[in-house]
Amino acid sequence: MTKLLDAPASPARPSRPGRAGRGASGGGPTGPGRTPLSARGIATGIRNLLTSPKYGPVTVTAILFVAIFIVGGVRYRGFFSGQVFLNLLVDNSYLIVLAVGMTFVILTGGIDLSVGAVVALSGMIAASLLQTGWSPGVVIPLILVLTSVLGLLVGLMIHVFKVQPFIATLAAMFLARGLCYVISQNSISITDATFVELAVARIPLGGNLSITPSVVIALVVVAIAVWVLHATRFGRTVYAIGGGEHSGLLMGLPVARTKVLVYVISGFCSGLAGVLFTFYTLSGYPLTAIGTELDAIAAVVIGGTLLTGGYGFVLGSVLGVLVLGVIQTIITFEGTLSSWWTKIFIGALLLVFILQKVLTARRR
Amino acid sequence: MTHHTDPAAPVVEMRGISISFPGVKALDGVDFRMFPGEVHSLMGENGAGKSTLIKALTGVYLIDSGTIALAGEQVAFSGPAQAQAAGISTVYQEVNLLPNLSVAENIMLGREPRRFGAIDWRAMRRRSAELLAGLNLDIDPGSLLGDHSLAVQQLIAIARAIDVQAKVLILDEPTSSLDTDEVAELFRVIRSLKEQGVAILFVSHFLDQVYEICDRLTVLRNGKLVGEYLVEELLRIDLVQKMIGKELTTLDDLEQRARSVVVDESDAALFVNAAKLGRRGAIHPADLPIAAGEVVGLAGLLGSGRTEFARLLGGIDRADTGELTVRGKAIKLRTPRQAISHRIAFSSENRRDEGIVGDLTVRDNIVLALQADRGWFRPIPKRKQDELAQSYIQALNIRPGNPDALVRNLSGGNQQKVLLARWLAIAPRLLILDEPTRGIDIGAKAEIQKLVFTLAENGMSVLFISAELEEVLRLSHRIVVLRDRHVVADLENDGLTVDSLLALIADGSVSVEEPGEADAAAPAVTAGAAVAASATAPAPPTAPTTDETEGGRR
Repeated sequence: MTKLLDAPASPARPSRPGRAGRGASGGGPTGPGRTPLSARGIATGIRNLLTSPKYGPVTVTAILFVAIFIVGGVRYRGFFSGQVFLNLLVDNSYLIVLAVGMTFVILTGGIDLSVGAVVALSGMIAASLLQTGWSPGVVIPLILVLTSVLGLLVGLMIHVFKVQPFIATLAAMFLARGLCYVISQNSISITDATFVELAVARIPLGGNLSITPSVVIALVVVAIAVWVLHATRFGRTVYAIGGGEHSGLLMGLPVARTKVLVYVISGFCSGLAGVLFTFYTLSGYPLTAIGTELDAIAAVVIGGTLLTGGYGFVLGSVLGVLVLGVIQTIITFEGTLSSWWTKIFIGALLLVFILQKVLTARRR
Repeated sequence: MTHHTDPAAPVVEMRGISISFPGVKALDGVDFRMFPGEVHSLMGENGAGKSTLIKALTGVYLIDSGTIALAGEQVAFSGPAQAQAAGISTVYQEVNLLPNLSVAENIMLGREPRRFGAIDWRAMRRRSAELLAGLNLDIDPGSLLGDHSLAVQQLIAIARAIDVQAKVLILDEPTSSLDTDEVAELFRVIRSLKEQGVAILFVSHFLDQVYEICDRLTVLRNGKLVGEYLVEELLRIDLVQKMIGKELTTLDDLEQRARSVVVDESDAALFVNAAKLGRRGAIHPADLPIAAGEVVGLAGLLGSGRTEFARLLGGIDRADTGELTVRGKAIKLRTPRQAISHRIAFSSENRRDEGIVGDLTVRDNIVLALQADRGWFRPIPKRKQDELAQSYIQALNIRPGNPDALVRNLSGGNQQKVLLARWLAIAPRLLILDEPTRGIDIGAKAEIQKLVFTLAENGMSVLFISAELEEVLRLSHRIVVLRDRHVVADLENDGLTVDSLLALIADGSVSVEEPGEADAAAPAVTAGAAVAASATAPAPPTAPTTDETEGGRR
């Protein structure tokens, strides 16, 4: 650990011989012409990776996930199985979709507090329309369009009227939550055949492993998001806005359009997540998914995306969701702990992550 | 290309351009034109309207009146993207790139090569590597921009600007962070672009560079056009006078007066005395007596502890050793507020973040410290505020003379004057000025220097910090030299020169306690040390302005 506390040296600079004795695995007597693959070289490489603002946090999350999974495997019988891992995806597919949308928003330096309420609203719309006999083939696209339009309105409010994203999406959150009660004050159960079928359907992967259609949808969303962020001009503009909105503007990038579009994407993802959530619960309930927006934000932050924007990956957010999921699974396996402990662990984890970021920023 | 110097076919023609910000007329009916294959310079002091004119041309600001024609066709840009599409490429004064993206992306962003709808990363890296090679810049296009120095970032911004086959290339202060070799490299690129018929706007404070590379220049003053001249037909001294608009005698006056002031240095007149005052990690314990009516200069490189020492006296940071006495009474300063109650005012070098409040008016900024001193439950009556603001606007010649103008719309020099007015309003006995003339034009600079004199003559003590040694020498009765967080010398300003100060700053082995000896030892220091010091000395953006005047006077 002493090595990590050193100021980050440029990898090209040969290390001072006086320091060599402190190396992790005694790189002392290896003359000046050592290869970059020496223990010290690897240590420097790891240090650079961990303190890099781009890859550092997501690497830490990946290590953490594997570590928690191993701890679980050692402590509990039956934990170390493919299905336990797949269930993380099954149980959290809606959260993955939410986190994808949230990643777009946070990468631009914004925030979307409305997603939880929009999940509830799409559930309510789905349940009430299906109850009156609408076809799922109409209901689902309608929900996606409505939530996208809501996202568009939020985006325009933020861009045109220069409202803080926090306030604009807070307003959208109350609006969506209020609309849930307008539709109904009670839980509406879904009995539509298609929805029930999708809720119970399992896609076998062979060897006793299976996933749900929701997982497939979530993974498709993730794949599209990765492609959009990495390989399209729109995606790079998202990063550019997070890095410096004014600079992006002066570079002639379509800042306005992009800024509005990320909220449309987040709205769309919330709608889709709401639909996936109803596959999971088979009902609409106005009080559902309260606080889910904070879970999504936590997943994105734990996944290594900087809240001020500019740095982060969609796959990191997926990892963030998995970390949240695996903590929950461990608490289930433990059996004696109340599920509220999940929140305590997530809180502690967030604190650690924020501290880690502050410390890396100071060291750089 | 046939219209190489044909004045009949300008590629850019701006006529009667006016732009106003709340309370400020930034541009007033300015004409400006650029010709293909010519390097044009826009000259003027800070606040003359150069940046505003550039931003009008690049579509960042909308013009209130006037017309812009590009290659003979009337245009009206509503944003930078449109101007870029029309062939106007810009490198702004502050590097406007994205630290979180790769070098290649920063060069190509918005114009990325694409294959099957997706960004072709390999082609992008190849193209940017070519561009970087064209600038003799050997860096990995895949590295993060934020990992590079400011100078390299500046060159990357230039690589971005020349990639588009622009008709007009605007370089706003492109050389401020470049060293000599890099400037030469840039000039080579500019000349080759010029041969290709590109019209280049080169804005720089460095007069030598302007005379080396430019063919034509336009002078602005206070948002108005002074005139357009061919560089070879305009003498430097004439140029400087056109920029300033007044004779360069003010500074000479000052030097005369500096010599004539005699300071009473008896103990009775001692206003502040710092004895072994220090703070861990900031400044080693040091003594600093300041008499009433005395101007003490702090000289040293950036990071030598000059600001840190001043902050202890101003109560900004708390000293952990030593004692501070004000008029013979030992006091402890924990907050700036306590310092103010002892009539010690500290004006920070960080004008924007620790000085002015940009969104408040000139009047509000001026009364701020006085109001804080009175306490918030005893508001200063509106009429009193107006009187105060008016009197300081007149006394310090703050422009625009509108107490309701927002301070952020003022030029740097006028912001500095507002800041001075704020501290003068509390009638300080000791005024600490940290870099009060940085980044402001030479006219305002002379006015501020003159003010320091007048204040000292009226019995106010001044602690004056500046990276410009000429300025410290000109103003101070006594000069305290710092080096590596130590006070290394405390000298009467009697026969000191820039060179002897540089030697002291460079070589701390010179005797500390004996000013006479230090003085004698100074010339003995090798020239090499002095050169090294001047090479590492921070170059404030205005440093060349002083050179200009001296060059001009010769």
